[in-house]
Amino acid sequence: MRLTRFKVAAAAVLMASSLAACGDAGDDSVDGIDVDVQENAAEEFDEGTRMRELADSGTIKIGVKYDQPGIGFKGATDDAPVGFDPEIGKILAADLGIAPEDITWVETISANREAFLQKGEVDLVIASYSITDDRRKVVGQAGPYYVTGQQLLVKSDSDIASLEDVKGTEVCSVTGSTSLSNIEKEGATPRPFDTYSECVDQVLNGTVDAMTTDGAILLGYAAEHPDDLKVVVDPFSEERYGVGYSIDSPEMCEWIVETIEDAQEDGAWAEAFEVTLGKSGVDTPEPPEMDACA
Amino acid sequence: MEDVFSNFDLVLKAFWLTVQLAFLSGVAAMLLGTLLAAMRVGPVAVLRGVASTYVTLVRNTPLLVMCVFVFVASPNLGLFVDTPFLLKGTIAISLYTAPFVAEAIRSGINAVPVGQAEAARAIGMTFAQNMRHVVLPQAFRATVPPLASTLIAMTKNTSVVAVFGLTEATARMRDFVNDNADDTIAIFLVFALGYIILVELISLAALGLERHWKAAR
Amino acid sequence: MSGSVLFDAPGPRTVARHRLYTVLTVLGVLAALVGLVFFLDSEGELAYAKWEQFVTPKYVEVILVDGLLKTLQMAFTSIIFAVVFGVIFGVGKLSDHRPVRWACALVVEFFRAVPVLLLMVFIFFTWGVGGGFGPYWSVVLALTLYNGSVLAEVFRAGVLAVPKGQSEAAYAIGMRKTQVMTLVLLPQAVKIMLPAIISQCVVALKDTSLGYYIIAPGLTYIGKAMWTEFPGTHLQTAIVLALLYISVNLVLTFIATWIQKRFVGERKQLEVGMTALTAPTSTTP
Repeated sequence: MRLTRFKVAAAAVLMASSLAACGDAGDDSVDGIDVDVQENAAEEFDEGTRMRELADSGTIKIGVKYDQPGIGFKGATDDAPVGFDPEIGKILAADLGIAPEDITWVETISANREAFLQKGEVDLVIASYSITDDRRKVVGQAGPYYVTGQQLLVKSDSDIASLEDVKGTEVCSVTGSTSLSNIEKEGATPRPFDTYSECVDQVLNGTVDAMTTDGAILLGYAAEHPDDLKVVVDPFSEERYGVGYSIDSPEMCEWIVETIEDAQEDGAWAEAFEVTLGKSGVDTPEPPEMDACA
Repeated sequence: MEDVFSNFDLVLKAFWLTVQLAFLSGVAAMLLGTLLAAMRVGPVAVLRGVASTYVTLVRNTPLLVMCVFVFVASPNLGLFVDTPFLLKGTIAISLYTAPFVAEAIRSGINAVPVGQAEAARAIGMTFAQNMRHVVLPQAFRATVPPLASTLIAMTKNTSVVAVFGLTEATARMRDFVNDNADDTIAIFLVFALGYIILVELISLAALGLERHWKAAR
Repeated sequence: MSGSVLFDAPGPRTVARHRLYTVLTVLGVLAALVGLVFFLDSEGELAYAKWEQFVTPKYVEVILVDGLLKTLQMAFTSIIFAVVFGVIFGVGKLSDHRPVRWACALVVEFFRAVPVLLLMVFIFFTWGVGGGFGPYWSVVLALTLYNGSVLAEVFRAGVLAVPKGQSEAAYAIGMRKTQVMTLVLLPQAVKIMLPAIISQCVVALKDTSLGYYIIAPGLTYIGKAMWTEFPGTHLQTAIVLALLYISVNLVLTFIATWIQKRFVGERKQLEVGMTALTAPTSTTP
């Protein structure tokens, strides 16, 4: 039964492809950094640590965003996601001796990151995941590996210049995100959509007055449309992206911090930024100072 | 759970939006659906064709895809840009529901005894008079139960606009579930209860209407 | 054809008027279509670059295999489970024991009144995430519970639609309750139910689109990935998605009609209401 269904599908694909095999859309170039995969990595970790287990198993599950170009994005036909977060994931995995192609990427959405870690669906979450005290009660968060802040993206001719101006306006962001509830507290009408790119469209065509999320994401979009969009308002929150791990494996914190510090020193961090978020013209910032582990 | 009750105004606000969406879409869908039904039973073949094409196309498309057209694709073309989100929701939901309303009314018209229409025809009524004075009043009575079902389904379908800019009940539940991952069952039951109340109210109204009209016969 | 009883055979003047209406409608529709094409063209929406991905083999493959096939799998898996659920709870609602009857009625009523999306979100965040069964099975479970409840009603109506003489005769030759149900009523009810089950497939297929909200695979998920990868192609992607859904649903409707004619005869399709209080309809969205 399964075989026949597969054959039917294959036949349909072949037929459709031969009928329509003339288009050539999409970009095949694979960008991303080369990482040095550690050999015999397992021996570097003590018996019984989570890192040792992962290194022994030779594979790791990392949760990233699939729908945020620059941060973490996977096209319909791509095998692996690209973006700053996946690059950080590759750096961490390489330290465990796990090659990029052995990483199992799992799509996370804003709403399910804690649940994914709590229930063990993923080993790490690197998904524009802000460090907060509330979150640190239920999951471990190491970092920050990147610091940004919530800002507003508006049209170039917009009157919105300060945070007070958003009162009574319509502001778009992604369903279930903290940015959305923050802006609701400022008196704006929240307009939840499914992805940031839909929000950008809504700002561009004037349906909503602004969109809000972390400045890193907004700067990328502003650079894509320099004549139409601008980022306003000083960051009214400090978003410190951290690497999420299970609270049951506190030993992972030191390892994550050390690995990322190494990457900041040897330039891998900057390189990861340049090939992803930096592509839209944003200058590579100074790497942030990491928190000490508890 | 305390989170839900301490923010109960947000829950009520969300359900109020659901009610507004359901009411406005219901009215719009009934008007458009009646028009479609009249076209489908009318004497002009081309109008019948237009109506049944619309019904076939929309009935077989998910509401989600309809929402993409109304909320995302159209604004990108400069349409519906200044339209309030509530109105856009009404447009998407009523365009989607109208064919089902039309089918319900058509089945009601088919339920009117042939003799009634024949008698009206015999005393020289035109198609419009026949519809207006004889067929539709009776058809509406036969239409109440299927129409109520359609409206109930529509009320539940308002949940689909949750990721199209409208913070109605389902969008709000998603926020609560996101913040209180350990308490999803209780939160779900609160929101489910809200929908059940709405749905059963429509059922009761339909039942009352049906009884009222039966007595008047 | 109800039309025939609503109006007289038209006389010459009416024929002329209808002809006018016909011409006006055709002109109106044509004008609207041409206007639409010109509008879309002036907006650059018809440019080949905006459609190219839909004729690029690797994207076509993704749309059909990861999109359409997954959508069909989810819809059919949930319908199969829904039939089982429907039979169990439909029989339960016909039980001679009041508590069983009431419990089944309560379950069926609950899942019919709650939006399937709310159910999906709840299932996904409660049991779907983490070590749970993931978005795919969250969609299947939500659709099973909803469609199963509808089918429970269909099933109950189907059993009740079997002529009473059948069960009376079965009891008369000494069959027990279970035997009457499984050997006499069920086989006949299933035949009556078949078209309604296939119609429910259309509903399930459309509802799989909601898996979009919980990152479940399927057509709308692929659609989202594609309009994110190719900015500004929401319209094109939505048109392609709509056409795919419509084609598959029309095939299903065709099969339902054929089965209706082949096995059930000209009898009206079995219809049930949306809640216990409302009466039959097959036109639920």
